[in-house]
Amino acid sequence: MNRKRAKKHAQLKEFWRRYKKNKAAVVGLVILCVIVGIAVFADLIVPYARCVEQTGADRLQWPSAAHWFGTDEFGRDLFARVVHGARYSLFIGVATSLMALVAGAILGASAGYFGGMVDNVICRIIDVFMCVPPILLSLAVVAALGTSMRNLIIAITISCIPGNVRLIRSVVLTVADQDYVEVARSYGASNARIIFRYVLPNAMGPIIVNTTMAISDMILSAAGLSFIGMGIQPPSPEWGALLSAAQTYIFTSPYLLAFPGVFIILSSLSFNLVGDGLTDALDPKLKD
Amino acid sequence: MEEKLLEVRHLKKYFHTPAGLLHAVDDVDFSILKGKTMGVVGESGCGKSTLGRSLLCLEPPTAGEILFEGKNIAALSKREMKKVRPKIQMVFQDPYSSLNGRMTVRQLIAEPLLVNKICKNRAEVDQKVDEMMETVGLAKRLDMAYPHELDGGRRQRIGIARALILNPEFVVCDEPVSALDVSIQAQILNLLMDLQESMNLTYMFITHDLSVVRHISNEIMVMYLGKCVERAEAKEIFRNPVHPYTKALLAAIPIPSIESCHKKRELLQGEVTSPVNPKPGCRFAVRCPFATDECRRGEIPLREVAPGHFAACCRAEEM
Repeated sequence: MNRKRAKKHAQLKEFWRRYKKNKAAVVGLVILCVIVGIAVFADLIVPYARCVEQTGADRLQWPSAAHWFGTDEFGRDLFARVVHGARYSLFIGVATSLMALVAGAILGASAGYFGGMVDNVICRIIDVFMCVPPILLSLAVVAALGTSMRNLIIAITISCIPGNVRLIRSVVLTVADQDYVEVARSYGASNARIIFRYVLPNAMGPIIVNTTMAISDMILSAAGLSFIGMGIQPPSPEWGALLSAAQTYIFTSPYLLAFPGVFIILSSLSFNLVGDGLTDALDPKLKD
Repeated sequence: MEEKLLEVRHLKKYFHTPAGLLHAVDDVDFSILKGKTMGVVGESGCGKSTLGRSLLCLEPPTAGEILFEGKNIAALSKREMKKVRPKIQMVFQDPYSSLNGRMTVRQLIAEPLLVNKICKNRAEVDQKVDEMMETVGLAKRLDMAYPHELDGGRRQRIGIARALILNPEFVVCDEPVSALDVSIQAQILNLLMDLQESMNLTYMFITHDLSVVRHISNEIMVMYLGKCVERAEAKEIFRNPVHPYTKALLAAIPIPSIESCHKKRELLQGEVTSPVNPKPGCRFAVRCPFATDECRRGEIPLREVAPGHFAACCRAEEM
């Protein structure tokens, strides 16, 4: 048992050593940690009450010592809103992309691996979903289920699944053709084992990149839905919602757009950098 | 009387293609005695690999029987097949693409044990892997290496270790040396022969390289477009080939001497015809310099032209 733990430990250490080589990925990790830290400790940084506290006298104030990021059209403190918005946005981004990844991996891998009938059925269903623009699809789902955080996440996930299935299917198709898959069959490995031990690990690169890129897309879709009133309901702060609310003031108070925008960009950038680093560190061929 | 380990009767494997039915393996019969090696030769696309894969039921045969230790494995259910599987293993052609690059050498060799749940605990697996690595000549320090860090010969040793760790009776070697350097080919062939002796293995050795097959086989089967055209003991085939195709194959072996450069060789004319919807009669008739009308009329069965020597040629006696 002890030996096993030691081996795990050594593997982690090796993984970290390889991850560290990619400086951009380390920077991404630092930014990500800061943003996640903000989301986790939001209440310690600034109490939630400040997000919703409206002071008529302080409307549309430029950044100052009292309001670091300025105030919005209702006189709410933008800094507090951005800090608390991190909770919503990160959660939505990560939860939806992970769920879409799992669903996409299961459907895409079965379609690519089994082929034939299974492939046909899955692909035709996906085709139907792909005919509908993603935003309309999410709208329809939210309209059917009602507006809430949970339904928003379901809606965005569903709109993201078809693309994932397509991508994973195509990667799996190329990997499943490799000789080592047939070798595994020759000693009797089950389909599930082949998919999870052989096919998916070798298809991981594009999948990780796609997932990390998707996180920022998801934050933006949530923003879009919030904008038309189908997402996070005001006064809850969410980065996308902050952006869409600020559109009216783009010329008079550009800071209202700049701060949430910068946070969306930073979080998506950091996710992408980390994703790249993970792909490289997990690929034994790129060792050293 | 020696025991027959494997007997194949009327094995057929057809593939449906847009152009028609592709006859990859067409009515092949043979048997392999325990502890012996059957060499299968033929040019690319003649169905040698498909034959090998059918024996492992990787490609379920279209028709025919594969009797392994007297049981027809082509008709076994999935569960019954699980029991037989470890006894029939395969060494694959390309040591580069046949190893999962995400696994270490140790994981690769242990995988068949884990899949078939042969060992009770991790320590037993580790011990077996260590023994097998030593048997096939892989240094113990390589156990945590990934296949891309190793050369072709070492990779093929992993492939052999992986096939043998289940302690099989019968191993299909599908061109195990054709992707390797000539210098390493000999090492791997010798390793296979040593292992055959020490583990009492039976081989079916698929290759297109006649010098390799001569080195290792007891019996040789020559295939042309899915058909077995000639089958005999290895010495007999080389000394006394009957079928015109076998003769042409033997004539094409390069002879490493200066005089032979000037000798004119009888080389085959024409291309291999398509295995899709083949015409009746001898498949080789189109290219055969001795073909008569009779050759094109109907199927030409394999006949015993000398004791233990079978050939599918209607003019065998004249050859």
